Amino acid sequence: MAYAAGVDVGSTQTKAVVINEHGEIVGRTIIDTGANVVTAAEKSFLAALAQGGIDEEQVGYVVGTGYGRYKVTFGDTQITEISCHARGAVHMFPDTRTVLDMGGQDTKAIRVQPNGEVVDFCMNDKCAAGTGRFLQSAAAALEIPLAELGVVALRAEKAVPISTTCTVFAESEVLSWLGKGKKIEEILLGVHRSIGTRSIGLLKRVGIQDQITFTGGVTRNQGMVTVLNEALGTTLNVSEESHYMGALGAALFAMDRIKSSREPVRAKEVTA
Amino acid sequence: MSNETNGHEIVGRGAKDGGRLFREWFESLSLAPERGDKTAYVFVMGSISEILRAFDFQISFPEINSLQTAVRRVAHEYLNTAEDYGYSPDICGYVKADVGMQLRGGEHPMGRIPKPNLAVLTNACNTYLKWAEIWERMYHIPTFTVDIPGGRSAGYGTSETSGDFARDKQYVQFQLQELITLCEELSGQKFDIDKLRAQMKYTNDMAAAYKRVIELNQNTPATFNALSEGTIYLGVANGLRGSAQGSQYFQDLVQEMEYKVAHGIGTMPEEKYRLIFVGVPCYPIFRRFYELFADWGGVFIGSTYLWFAAGGLELGYQYDLNNPLESLAEGTLLSVRNAMDSMFFQDRALVNMLQPFNVDGIVYHPIKSCRTVSTGLADNRRAVMEQSDVMTLFIESDMMDKRVVSEAQMKNRIDAFFEGLATRKLRTAA
Repeated sequence: MAYAAGVDVGSTQTKAVVINEHGEIVGRTIIDTGANVVTAAEKSFLAALAQGGIDEEQVGYVVGTGYGRYKVTFGDTQITEISCHARGAVHMFPDTRTVLDMGGQDTKAIRVQPNGEVVDFCMNDKCAAGTGRFLQSAAAALEIPLAELGVVALRAEKAVPISTTCTVFAESEVLSWLGKGKKIEEILLGVHRSIGTRSIGLLKRVGIQDQITFTGGVTRNQGMVTVLNEALGTTLNVSEESHYMGALGAALFAMDRIKSSREPVRAKEVTA
Repeated sequence: MSNETNGHEIVGRGAKDGGRLFREWFESLSLAPERGDKTAYVFVMGSISEILRAFDFQISFPEINSLQTAVRRVAHEYLNTAEDYGYSPDICGYVKADVGMQLRGGEHPMGRIPKPNLAVLTNACNTYLKWAEIWERMYHIPTFTVDIPGGRSAGYGTSETSGDFARDKQYVQFQLQELITLCEELSGQKFDIDKLRAQMKYTNDMAAAYKRVIELNQNTPATFNALSEGTIYLGVANGLRGSAQGSQYFQDLVQEMEYKVAHGIGTMPEEKYRLIFVGVPCYPIFRRFYELFADWGGVFIGSTYLWFAAGGLELGYQYDLNNPLESLAEGTLLSVRNAMDSMFFQDRALVNMLQPFNVDGIVYHPIKSCRTVSTGLADNRRAVMEQSDVMTLFIESDMMDKRVVSEAQMKNRIDAFFEGLATRKLRTAA
């Protein structure tokens, strides 16, 4: 049995996925990227192997993706996360035609063909507004763990409008609303809606077509999923693997290379 | 001389000679005050250099001066000077670099830019008018605006047969006559129509050759990269417009391109994707920007920059030397109007290029500090995508300000674009 791996080195977290010849995930892991990107890539890959009980020699090809893709020093090639999220989403949800990937510093809208081919894409530009970082700022200002943000937001009956588009200023705005006596959950719902509105703007630029698959780290935030579903009037495809979609797509591309036999077998190993 | 030796001398001559001519032009400009020559500041969209050269004005293009500071990686120093003076980060980077340079007494990486004695502009860009007012206040010099009536209806190109066109041409001609009177006053020279005719003849040569050079890129492999080499050709087209040197340069360039076509010589080792560039280049990382595409085997076989910033040379318009003033008015009207209109109705021209130029993709590059060239690009892209299934990329940065150029983000988008192109090529080949 040949295995393929994808390592997605994101700005906030690094994900690794190992798949078998049938495209099934046999090992996956996620760790904070931290300051040493090379080490993060290695650690996540080795942890995914360990989880699947697979030896490194059994992996025939590794694709690095994400902003740190060139830091996957043991990888055989690099592919952008745009292509990888599209590929992973269509693999997981074959009727996907639009992908929304919301990560730590990036939000991407991607329109795909049934075969996973990217037709068009659009990303936030030189600013982290409308990304996971916006949520982190709000969490810091309100002193609420990031994992609880969405749950708290969904308790609100109405939202406080968040007008700033700047992640840095968002913290000030949140504090000013607190000072005016607004409830935390109402402020948080406002924060989620603000991000949702910006994301939908990106989706509109590439053209929204059903089904929409939501990927990236923010998919774990139930509040964001609910806000997006309500605003889009549909139910986004989300799964346990959504956070790993980039790494999964990378692993699928890696398996393509193994099967095409035009590529050499894996030449590099983790040196750590 | 053997064919091989000949080829060795021909290939790459346009880029090499262009660089040399550019340096000589700036050196000559630097010495203009010493020689007692007067300098006219003009713009690429309607420079009307022919009239100014007929009065022996030295020609300086502030847009080119500014972009050269970016190419030579010192733009931020000039931008900072202008911003320290009070200009907003949102103002046109070309204007601010020029203001910074004027405040530094004309100090420029290519030489010393003389103060203007006259500024001639058209209304092709709203900023031209405000920019010229700055010099007016700074140096108390006359500025002359040639008001070019725009097209009356949507669509690329302009009609030469309608009644409007005849009246518009007359309107422009009256203005050119006023400009001639002003030049006589400033230069102390009497207008010599034969001298004007001579400049116009050189421009005719350049226009015919420039158009031919653009057309020759229909060949595979491409004879030149419109983003890198094309920008050099464009610089000569503007800076030496209406000159014997400019005329000779473009005759030589046609010879080089035809030689390359005849011998199957491309501009890069392995041409994989043929692209069109829409917008203004990213000058702060000019070489790297080119490499981000070239590393994938992407070559720009065409660029709208080579249209709207070429003063109409891309049209190949030939002045009627028997009626120089009327013809100069017509050529100016056509070229400036075309530059203005083509920014918003480029889609048809772009779609028309796809098949003959065998285009794989179009790259749109709006820039933060120029609304004039960037505003219509999102619509343009949508219109092109409705008419064809060509792959497009939309990336934003700036032509001057490296603070808004994020190479990592740009690379990510460009890589994804090429991954898509590669997938499509594989699919269509299967």
